[in-house]
Order: sequence, then C-alpha cells, then structure tokens
Amino acid sequence: MKFPDLSMSTPVRLRDLIRQIRSAKTAAEERAVVQKECAYIRDSFRDEDNTWRCRNVAKLLYVSLLGYPAHFGQLECLKLIASTRFTDKRIGYLGAMLLLDERQDIHVLITNSLKNDLNHSNQYITGLALCALGSICSPEMSRDLGGEVERLMKSTNPYLKKKAVLCAVRIIRKVPEQFDVFQNSVRSLLTEKNHGVLLTATALVIEMCQQNTHALQSFRKLVPNLVRILKTLIMSGYSPEHDVSGISDPFLQVHLLRLLRILGRNDSEASEAMNDILAQVSTNTENSKNVGNAILYETVLTIMDIKSESGLRVLAVNILGRFLLNNDKNIRYVALNTLLRVVHVDQNAVQRHRATIVECLKDADVSIKRRAMELCFALINPNNIRTMTNEMLEFLGTCETEFKADCTSNMFLAMERFAPSKRWHVDQMIKVLTTAGNSVRDDIVSSLIGIISSSSDLHGYTARQLYKIIRNDITQQPLVQVGSWTLGEFGDLFVNGQYEQPHGEEHIQVTENEITDILERVLNWSISTVVTREYAINALMKLSTRFPNCSDRIQSIMTYYACNMNLELQTRAVEYTSLFTKHNLIRPSIVERMPVLISNSSSNPNANEQQEQIYQEENPSNDAQINHVPPNEPVDLLKLLDEPIQTNGSIHPHEQQQNPLSSNPLTDLLFGDDTSHNHLNNNIIPPMVALDKNGLRIVFTFEREDTLLTIHSKATNATQYPITNFIFKAAVPKTFTIELYPPNSTIIPANNSGEIHQIIKILNPNKDKLRMRIKLNYLFNNSSMGDEAELNTFPEQCYN
Amino acid sequence: MIRFILIQNRAGKTRLAKWFMNFHDDEKQKLIEEVHALVTVRDAKHTNFVEFRNFKIVYRRYAGLYFCICVDVNDNNLAYLEAIHNFVEVLNEFFHNVCELDLVFNFYKVLEKFLLKKKFDILFKLQVYSVVDEMFLAGEIRETSQIKVLRQLTTLTSLE
Repeated sequence: MKFPDLSMSTPVRLRDLIRQIRSAKTAAEERAVVQKECAYIRDSFRDEDNTWRCRNVAKLLYVSLLGYPAHFGQLECLKLIASTRFTDKRIGYLGAMLLLDERQDIHVLITNSLKNDLNHSNQYITGLALCALGSICSPEMSRDLGGEVERLMKSTNPYLKKKAVLCAVRIIRKVPEQFDVFQNSVRSLLTEKNHGVLLTATALVIEMCQQNTHALQSFRKLVPNLVRILKTLIMSGYSPEHDVSGISDPFLQVHLLRLLRILGRNDSEASEAMNDILAQVSTNTENSKNVGNAILYETVLTIMDIKSESGLRVLAVNILGRFLLNNDKNIRYVALNTLLRVVHVDQNAVQRHRATIVECLKDADVSIKRRAMELCFALINPNNIRTMTNEMLEFLGTCETEFKADCTSNMFLAMERFAPSKRWHVDQMIKVLTTAGNSVRDDIVSSLIGIISSSSDLHGYTARQLYKIIRNDITQQPLVQVGSWTLGEFGDLFVNGQYEQPHGEEHIQVTENEITDILERVLNWSISTVVTREYAINALMKLSTRFPNCSDRIQSIMTYYACNMNLELQTRAVEYTSLFTKHNLIRPSIVERMPVLISNSSSNPNANEQQEQIYQEENPSNDAQINHVPPNEPVDLLKLLDEPIQTNGSIHPHEQQQNPLSSNPLTDLLFGDDTSHNHLNNNIIPPMVALDKNGLRIVFTFEREDTLLTIHSKATNATQYPITNFIFKAAVPKTFTIELYPPNSTIIPANNSGEIHQIIKILNPNKDKLRMRIKLNYLFNNSSMGDEAELNTFPEQCYN
Repeated sequence: MIRFILIQNRAGKTRLAKWFMNFHDDEKQKLIEEVHALVTVRDAKHTNFVEFRNFKIVYRRYAGLYFCICVDVNDNNLAYLEAIHNFVEVLNEFFHNVCELDLVFNFYKVLEKFLLKKKFDILFKLQVYSVVDEMFLAGEIRETSQIKVLRQLTTLTSLE
C-alpha cells in the first residue's frame, strides 16, 4: 500500500505502524503505541478527513487483528464503501467484513451501497460487493438483494458467476424461503465448463438438497449429468490449471461425490446409475498421496450411504482396510472412524481387519486409540472373545486414565454377552478390576456382584481368588468392595474348602480369623472410601454367624464403630450392635445367605458350566445359532410387577442363564424340554392342523418373536392302539433355518389319552412365506407306517 | 461448511482470522485462544484433525505458522487438508517470486526463509485477506486453480 511521502501532518503509514508495534519490547509498550495511534485515528475520523481515511481504517483493521477494540471505525467503513475510488471501496468492504456482522445496527446501512455496487460496470467492484454480501449478509439484506444475486448468477462472466453462486449459498442458509429464486438457474450452472463455477454450483445444490426435500427429488434427475461430468474429469488427461499431484481437480471430484451421496441416499434408481462410476473412481484413483486418498475416502462414504450393490460395498471395506495399513496416521484415523459406522451394519466384513485394528490400539495418538478401542469392542464375538479380552486387558494396563472407565464398562458388557464359561467370566472380571484400579464405574461393582451371586457353584472359588488378591493389596476400591461382599457371603465356603480347586495353584488354607483380619483392616484403613468401609462392615456382620469363633471379636468391632464420626458407619454399627445384644435370637436369620440376585443384564447363552464340558466353545453350529439369534432378555422379577413383559423364557432364576433360544439340542437331553413357556403370544396367531389322518392328529400352535417362530407340535392318537417309535421330520425352504427339539416321548397312547409334544424353532430373516414338508414314521399295530405332507397354509402372522 | 479460517504463529499471535459465522469480539478472542492451546501441544505424531466444541479443526503447521480451518464434523478431513495446502502454495507464489525448481524441491525451505524475514508481516495483512477471499467464500471453497487465483490477484493489485 504505497502512498506518496508528504509532510509531517500525514498519518503514519501502515507499515511504519507495524514496525513500531513489532519493535515494542513489552506488552505494555505495545499497548501504549496502539492506544496512541487509535487516539490519533479517532481524532482524524472526527475531522472527517477524506484523503487519509483509507490508510487510517487499514491501520485500525490491523490493530483489531491484534485483539484491540475497533468499533469506532465501523461508520468510517461505510463512508469508504460509498466513495468512488477502488482502493477506498476495497478497504471499506474489508473493514465491513471484519468489523461488522449481523448483530450491529449499522449493518443495514450498507445495503444501499451494496445494491449500487452490485450493478456497477466494473466487474471487480461487483466482485467486492458480492464478497462482502457472501460474508456478512443478514436475512433482511438477503431478501432485498436476492434478486440482484440471481441476475448475476446468470452473467457471462465466470468470475462474477462463482461469487454470485456462493452468495446464493449463504442467502439460502440465512433465509430458506429465498430458495425459489435460485432454483431455476441452478440447472444451467451445472452444464458449465468452468471448474470454478461447477464447484460452486455443486456446493449450492448440496445446500439446497439439505434444506428441501422437493429439491432433492427434482435434482435426482440430474444424476446422469453429474456422473458424466465426473467421468470426463477422471478420463481427461493432464490439465495444468486444476491439477494437484497428478489428479485433475480433486476438489471438484470430492464435491461431486458428496452430491451424489446426498442424491443417492434411499433411492435405488439413482444409486444404480452411480454404481459404475463409483467403481471406476475407486479403482483408478492413485492412493499414494493424500489427494488420492481424499477422493477415495469420499467415495467410500458415498458407497456406504447409498443403496449400492454388495460387490461395491466389499470394495469400499477393502479400501478402508488398505487405509489402515497406511503409514500416515491421518488416513488411519479417517479409516477407523468410517469403519466404526460400517461395523454396526456389516460386522463380518470388518472382522478381516481385526488384527490391524488391534495394532492401532498401541498408536501414540489419543484419538486413534479411542476409535480403535470402540471398534475392537464392536468386533467382539463368541469366536474371538478370549483373544480379544487378552488384548483389551493389555490395553487397559497401558492406556490413559480417561479411557479406563469406558474400557472397563465395555469389557464387562462384552464378557456378559459372550463369555464361554462362568468361571472364565469371573476370572477375567477380577483381572479387569485389578488392572483398572479405581477408574471403574460403580454399576460395574454391583453387576459383578450379581454375577457372582448367580453362579452358585463358583462361590467358594471366587472367594478364594478374591482373598488371594486382597490380602496383598487393599488400595483398589472397586476390587475391595467386591471382595468384601464375596468374603462376607461365602467366606465360610472358602474356609471349609468347599470349592473347586483351580489347577496348578497352591492350596490356600485359611482360618476364620485371617478373613476377619482382612475385613477389619479394610474397615480401619483411613484411605478406604466410605463405600468400601460400608461393604466391609456389612461383610463382618454376616461373618458373625458364619464364623462362630469370631463372633465376639466382631461384636467388639461393631461396638467400637458405634462412635465413629461417619454417620452411615455409625448407624450401621449401632444397629448391628443391637442385633448382638437385644435381638440376638434373630441375628442368624437376618444375615443368612442372600438369595440369588437377578441382574438386569442380557443373559449369556454359553454361561452354563456343564455346557462347556459337552462341546468345545468354538463349536461352529453353536456359533451359527448365536450369530443368527439375538440374546434374550430374561425377566426381571421386579419388572414383572410394574409392566407386562412378553417373554419366551421362564422366570426361574435357575434357568435364567440358560437362553432357551439358542440352547443346543444336546443340552436339552440333559435338562429336559423347556415346556413351561409363557404363552402370552399365543393368542395372536391361530393354531393350525398340520395333519389329521388315520386317527393321528398333529396340531401346531405358534409363538412368534420378530423373525423367530416357535412351533409347538402336539400329536394325538384317536385310534384304539397306541402309536410307538414316532419319528417326526421337517424340512423348510433354503431361506429359513429350522431347529427341531427332541420330543418328550415317542409313544402316543391310544384314545387321545396322551400326546407327544415337540418344539420346532424356525428363523425367518427374510420374512418369506413359510412352507414346510413333514415326514412321519411310526409303528402302529405292529406294522410300520410312514406319511408325508406339504404344509402351505401357515397363518400369515407366522411370517409377515 | 467452513466455520472459520485461522492462521496463527507458535506464540499465539493471529496472522489472519476469517470468520464465516457470527461471533462477538470477546467470543472470537476466546476461540482464538482455545484453538491455539489445542493445536500447539500436538506434535508430529498426532493426526492433523482435532475435535473442537461441536466442530472439528483441520490444521497443518508450515514452519512457524499454524493454518487452521474449522469445519463441520461430517466434512471430508483429507480434502480440507488439501485445500490448506493449495492455499499455502498460492500464498507462497504470490508473495515471493520463486522459480519453479525452488517450489518443487524446497517449498518448505523457501517458505521458512521467507517467513523469517520481517517484511512478511507488513505485506501480510490485507493482501492475504484478498487471497482468502479469492479462494474461500461463504464457508465453501470457491476457486481451486492456482493459476486463475494468481491472475486475479495480480489484476486486483494493479488496480490500486
């Protein structure tokens, strides 16, 4: 900004002012310089001096950039805008853009000047006006000047066109009703050759589609045009103007892909039109540099959002997998982010990259670690639960504190859903608590206690394990809380050796006194939190009946705590003391063993100990069942009182862990058929007669839960002779999955005096019409009989 | 959509601030300080994307300057990273006539030498705003062709 050198009365030049400010050694000195200059500028504004206004405002803008207040210059900017000189206008508009925004009242005053400048013959001045409009226009200004902007959008000058289009974007954002003004011109914009115009037009269309669904539908017709533009971009050779590292105009490509994504969402026709070009972009774009990867990333996002065919989706996931192996952590981050969205839709595709994701857990960047952790939890399934738990435990040991709470909660959920055995579950949870220390959430403690209480065969074992850890270290509060509770409830089992000895570990013989010692230590230790001490004092109370030798000792502890400063502890101690003295007779019944706690969590199909002995955990058929069938929520006794819940399982706590939906037929042999089904669903679907022939009658009754249909087949015999060796076989079309449970007997007594009851479960993910072919073989009157039937007349509610 | 563009030096001094959203002056200062605190602690082993309030910042450090663009959460990170690079290349071209070989091989060195010179500050202010206005408008990318932008800018400066 050069100005002729004049006499001393001229204001300081901008660059001199800057030099002065920079040479100031301290902040105070700088402030002094600035204030002096501002005072001078304020004076000169008051004097209404035209010649130097421009320079003064420029200095003011610099000063405002440094953070000093500059609102007294706002009016001056207006005057500059109104001037005829280009330099003045330029500084004026710049000042307006920096100092004014919608909230100032002076704002509206620019409208008139803007209007004049928008019609100016000099394209640069019009450009300036458009720029200012695009930066700071308010709803009122948009309404006034919308028409002008639209006219400029149609001008032949691409320079003005681009600015006008982006102005339109801002106007639509501010005043969505203005949309109609611009709608018609948009189409012609998309046929332009100028990349800049295309880029801005795409931005405008994106904005329109996001605001207005009608626009979305009408723009869908443009999909073939857009595909064509994208195609020419990719196929055309090197164009020096828009080339970035060998790729022609990546910005336009990315914008077009984004627009295609918005148009193709939820619309199969549009999606189909895009399939080819998306495949082409994915395979042809070079991915060695960030540019190419940016385009590939946008393509993957588009493929995931629209209704693309499966081959394309596989391609997209592969691209993401390649991203994960890239050295650039930006790209890994971006890949992890997208995979997190994909995994909820299609877990199997992402499983392939599990190893790489686990590697990302060790990355130095916190945001990558977090995403890798979330992704790992989403990928846990019954097959990999053991390895994944080991990995996550390792991660838990080394991660930052902010992760620990989330990690433990997620691990708990995962283990609950997929733990192969109770013992493993309890072991791992103890490990988690030891590693995570104090960052565990409170509900985990109570859930873990619930689990321990429900696994009745593990009580002694759990007590032993917890004792082993706690005797060395009582600093970790959640662990100590769980330990105290367990020792209080089941300490006697431990002392008496009533538990299963774990392999390879030494036998711990412990006396009642030693356990009481530990609990007393926890109680007395000042660093234990109040909650922990509450647990400990309760545990001690329970032990007073279980360990009769220590009863006196425990009583004296209680008396001691009756004077404790903490209100809660004192109350408990006083009440417990009275239990010893006045109500000693009822003391045993009060602190006897608690009934099994029914937790609110989803049950684990594999949790039953004995199931583990029968088959390996990695049994493929079992996994297939688990993958198809979601875990069933058992009924919470408390919930039953409040609201009706439809269940397929029985309410018995003993059977709570056994998920009826996915139990193996082998286990049913051991535990019998689960016939105590809750027939709440029965009223909805009418029963059906499958077969009625020669006195043999088979009736189906149905229960349905979404895609799972449970059929109860009852076979009765109306003839005089019994039917024996009754074998029932059924087959269904390929899209269904059928499971036949063994019947309760193979003999149907005569004269309708008994029946054979058999359960059939059918999974119908596609909700197809249900058809079944049944085949029967039985012995009747010493001759073997066979029968076949095809059933097509299932009631519609079975599958629809 | 771009929310704002910020160029800061390592000490936290703002070299350029272009806002595409309305904020009060004190809010602006606060934002500038927050961004500075967020971005200067990160070193080479972190990614170039940070979550910031309910937006995200895509940034890159060139010598002693941090170029930050604040965008919406669902925008394409990598594309904006490229936009930053594009912008910096234009700036470099505009303020200092480098020969092509220098640009190709020693882009960062040239910029560094050039940034260290005090002249940079003086030239920086208002002209950089014109570069910004040529390339970004209303929160979107306007022109990406470096050749076109430079041509416009030279014409504009000649008008003054």
